[in-house]
Amino acid sequence: MVDIPDKDLLAPGHRGCAGCGASIGVKLALNALGENTVAISATGCLEVMTTPYPESAWEVPFIHVAFENSGAVASGVEAALRIQGKDDVNVVAFGGDGGTVDIGLQSLSGAMERGHNMLYICYDNEAYMNTGIQRSGATPFGATTTTSPQGSASFGEDKPKKDMPMIMAAHGIPYVATASIAYPEDFVNKVKKAASIEGPAYIHLQQPCTTGWGYPSEKTIEMGRLAVETGSWILYEIENGEFSITFTPEERKPVKEYLSQQKRFRHLQDEQIEKIQKYVDAQCSELGL
Amino acid sequence: MVSIGCVIKNPGNSRNNKTGSWRTFKPILDKEKCIDCDNCIIFCPDGSVNKQHDIDYDFCKGCGICANECPSDAIEMVKE
Repeated sequence: MVDIPDKDLLAPGHRGCAGCGASIGVKLALNALGENTVAISATGCLEVMTTPYPESAWEVPFIHVAFENSGAVASGVEAALRIQGKDDVNVVAFGGDGGTVDIGLQSLSGAMERGHNMLYICYDNEAYMNTGIQRSGATPFGATTTTSPQGSASFGEDKPKKDMPMIMAAHGIPYVATASIAYPEDFVNKVKKAASIEGPAYIHLQQPCTTGWGYPSEKTIEMGRLAVETGSWILYEIENGEFSITFTPEERKPVKEYLSQQKRFRHLQDEQIEKIQKYVDAQCSELGL
Repeated sequence: MVSIGCVIKNPGNSRNNKTGSWRTFKPILDKEKCIDCDNCIIFCPDGSVNKQHDIDYDFCKGCGICANECPSDAIEMVKE
């Protein structure tokens, strides 16, 4: 069960799009961590929509810095709290996929390497949505974005999604997990586990984006569920090097069911869908799904 | 209003911004049909459903996730 608090730690009135997946994820994460938390955010949708000056949707101490250094700032916050003896405070950094897998990668890598007692959550909507849907390293193969547009010269993004959770796992940190906003209990359990573990933890949260993916706003959770049910997004955790799948779909649906409902994939020909299916099948068999 | 370092001293003051004005479709909950699964609370991007399942129309943007995720079809989206 997901505990329902009396008051959400992410206040309403924020400027997220109707049906925004990022705000669902951040709300769940903050409620799971509780009031005794300091939050850091990289530049991105989350920062822009929650803190249009002089307003803030954050009910916990919050720092926004630049695009590339949420890992570094979270490190500093954690070190400062530690030196003051305040070791019961959760330090959580949020970054979008752009702020995590592209621009913020070096500072995040450093923070993980130094072993700060912090949690980093990447809310992954698979492109730079806040600036107008430009491709990022986390954009999946075949997706059309404004910088990987489909047309006569291109069919969309021509590279597979960067495997960020495994890059984090390669740092040898105590806890790495993937999650989806469509599986809130799984996500909340992972956030709580990550917070209880001493040392750095990383959670890669997939969150569908109505604006960038091109589906009706009421289908945000449905899209997230389809991603998992088709094996396009696999829920797992790696705790002290032990890998385990945390959710197995009863029967894996064909990826076409997931792709065909999104405008970003609607142009794909059968041969490209077949290629994506093969890629997903290979990923699933590699991870044992 | 302006502060050094752009510090905001009132946490959660985004509540000043009533996003309910964005709405085209309004969710109406039939509490008779509600089975207390809390999906509408958990999945609301705008924290606009409270523990008693009352919908806060000051902030609800009318995305329709609550209606889509309701297992007992207790929420209907009605044009404003």
